Amino acid sequence: MSDPPVLSVEDLTVTIGTRRGPARAVAGVDWSVRAGETLALVGESGSGKSMSVLAATGLAPRAARVAGRVHLLGTELTALSPDRRRRMRGRHVGFVFQDPMTSLNPVLTVGRQIGEAAEEHLGLTRRAARDRAVELLDLVGIPSAAGRVDAYPHQLSGGMRQRVVIAMALVCEPDLLIADEPTTALDVTTQAQIVELVADLQRRLGTAVVWITHDLGVVAGTADAVAVMYGGRIVEQGPVDAVFARPAHPYTVALLAARPEPGAGGGDLATIPGSPPSPLDLPAGCAFWPRCPVRGDARCAHELPPLVPVSVDHHARTFYRPPREDA
Amino acid sequence: MGRFVIRRLLQSGVVLLGVTLVVFLLLQLVPGDPVRVALGTRFDPQTYEALRARAGLDRPLVVQYLSYVGNALTGDLGVSFRSGRPVTSIVLERLPATLSLAVTAVVFATLVAFPLGVLSALRSGSPLDHAARVFSQFGVSVPDFWMGIMFILLFAGVLGWLPPSGYVALTDDPLGWASHVVLPAVTVGLVTASILTRFIRSAVLEVLSEDYVRTAEAKGLRTRVVVLRHVLRNALIPVVTVVAVQLASLLGGVIVIEVLFAWPGVGRLTYDAVQARDYPVLQGAVLLVAALFLLINLLVDVLYARLDPRITVR
Ligand SMILES: Nc1ncnc2c1ncn2[C@@H]1O[C@H](COP(=O)(O)OP(=O)(O)O)[C@@H](O)[C@H]1O
Ligand SMILES: [Mg+2]
Repeated sequence: MSDPPVLSVEDLTVTIGTRRGPARAVAGVDWSVRAGETLALVGESGSGKSMSVLAATGLAPRAARVAGRVHLLGTELTALSPDRRRRMRGRHVGFVFQDPMTSLNPVLTVGRQIGEAAEEHLGLTRRAARDRAVELLDLVGIPSAAGRVDAYPHQLSGGMRQRVVIAMALVCEPDLLIADEPTTALDVTTQAQIVELVADLQRRLGTAVVWITHDLGVVAGTADAVAVMYGGRIVEQGPVDAVFARPAHPYTVALLAARPEPGAGGGDLATIPGSPPSPLDLPAGCAFWPRCPVRGDARCAHELPPLVPVSVDHHARTFYRPPREDA
Repeated sequence: MGRFVIRRLLQSGVVLLGVTLVVFLLLQLVPGDPVRVALGTRFDPQTYEALRARAGLDRPLVVQYLSYVGNALTGDLGVSFRSGRPVTSIVLERLPATLSLAVTAVVFATLVAFPLGVLSALRSGSPLDHAARVFSQFGVSVPDFWMGIMFILLFAGVLGWLPPSGYVALTDDPLGWASHVVLPAVTVGLVTASILTRFIRSAVLEVLSEDYVRTAEAKGLRTRVVVLRHVLRNALIPVVTVVAVQLASLLGGVIVIEVLFAWPGVGRLTYDAVQARDYPVLQGAVLLVAALFLLINLLVDVLYARLDPRITVR
């Protein structure tokens, strides 16, 4: 527990200038992840999960203003020049994005796309990078890797492509893997395979993982810690076991209740009535208040609840105290 | 690939056959007797009949058409009503002028539009982007003949740097050709450049928003690599078509510009043939333009398959 985090984010705030005014996509978020550990960022679509990791690594859109502190392997990233930050990406942080159908370049071979980060960061020749790509394809479980290295993305299935994307992210053996809903676009069987693959690679390589998902079902089996986001803020965070056993925030409770039965497929959270707030117009109090089925404390409506401890390492941003079952 | 090309060439042959039929039928509908026009004031019934017979116009239409197609297959497109010279050589003589003007104009347009379109997409919203937008708007809205006249007045008249009009064959005198081609090529090319700039800008913008560009950035590649390897390789695929379409349309001859600059190209030839009701020449010119168009289309398809691995030609 005492080794320093691979990536830590403190008071991260992302404001995006839009035609209709500034959108507060991420509003003061703190989390960190250690080597070999998996942090799950959970929340409905639009809650700021992607934006927080993109902004942390210098990938936020041009219109975004990013504030806060981000440490990657002890280096403060927000103070770095864009070029120094670029050199950390790919080398120390690998990314896996949601849709393997669109996140691969259609006109380059998968081998080239896997190898190019190794050319850039490790100084490999194009030939050596191609050999490395074959190793990686093998590592992520693509059969007859040597024969697939010159294939184009459209020649592979969705599951295979996501394996390619994972290979791409791991080619420089990064310290951290950021997986942004990597299974959402896949069918259920493939989803399970990808989850298993990442867990396996993490065990073998000791990589820290930030796993973004809106499906709490995925979190239970793989993550060590979980941070639940809503309206650009973390509303609850802590060790997975603690949060699952004793969720304190009504939003977490609702998310857990909305969790699809294992194997039922389709992880959408339509069962929480209403929709998330607009980042253009966040409520003054708890962002979940308009949809909250509990409304257990009057202050929630107009006062932002602080993140308060529930138990060791387990915090929730709510005034409401659920009744203790064991009391 | 070889079989694809052969099949496409055969298809092109069929299309050309259709073109000859349409042109042939249209010319039948045009009022006025071409032989009479060709004779002009020297008209007398005997010469008239003799000329009609020599041109085969006294035969039934079907026979006329079939013999035209039959001869065309051997490269014989008939003789000009006006000069009596073989149409094939008349048309081919004009090809170098048109070809060299069209290619120069498209090369110029591409050299302008490519950096302008790409940079204005990469820096969208910047002063450069605004300047590029003004340029394209200007290029597509100002009539090209007016621009041509302004260029002649400025560069030939006021400054005296370039000849106002005329043509020198590239093979005879490359420098002379170059000094003559500049004004018409720039006049035509500016319009083409405006169209291309707009297209390239939006093609690059579209690719910039693709997920795989973000993936490339997430890998920590240098901006130059992201732009060249990931953005441009994809954005340029549709641009190839637009450049080719522009080239093809210029090969049809830019009639107004060729007339304005006394450029003896296919456009000028077509114009003169219409004026003189010289149907064989008109038919020949149309056929040539159609053939060039089909050829360029074929080249684009082959190029496409090379640029985009998702497309295979069979
Ligand atoms: N390029 C952008 N411009 C304006 N707003 C954006 C942009 N990208 C994301 N947002 C907004 O930021 C908020 C957070 O988005 P995101 O981080 O993608 O959510 P999540 O990943 O949790 O689904 C959303 O409300 C979204 O509308
Ligand atoms: Mg997202």
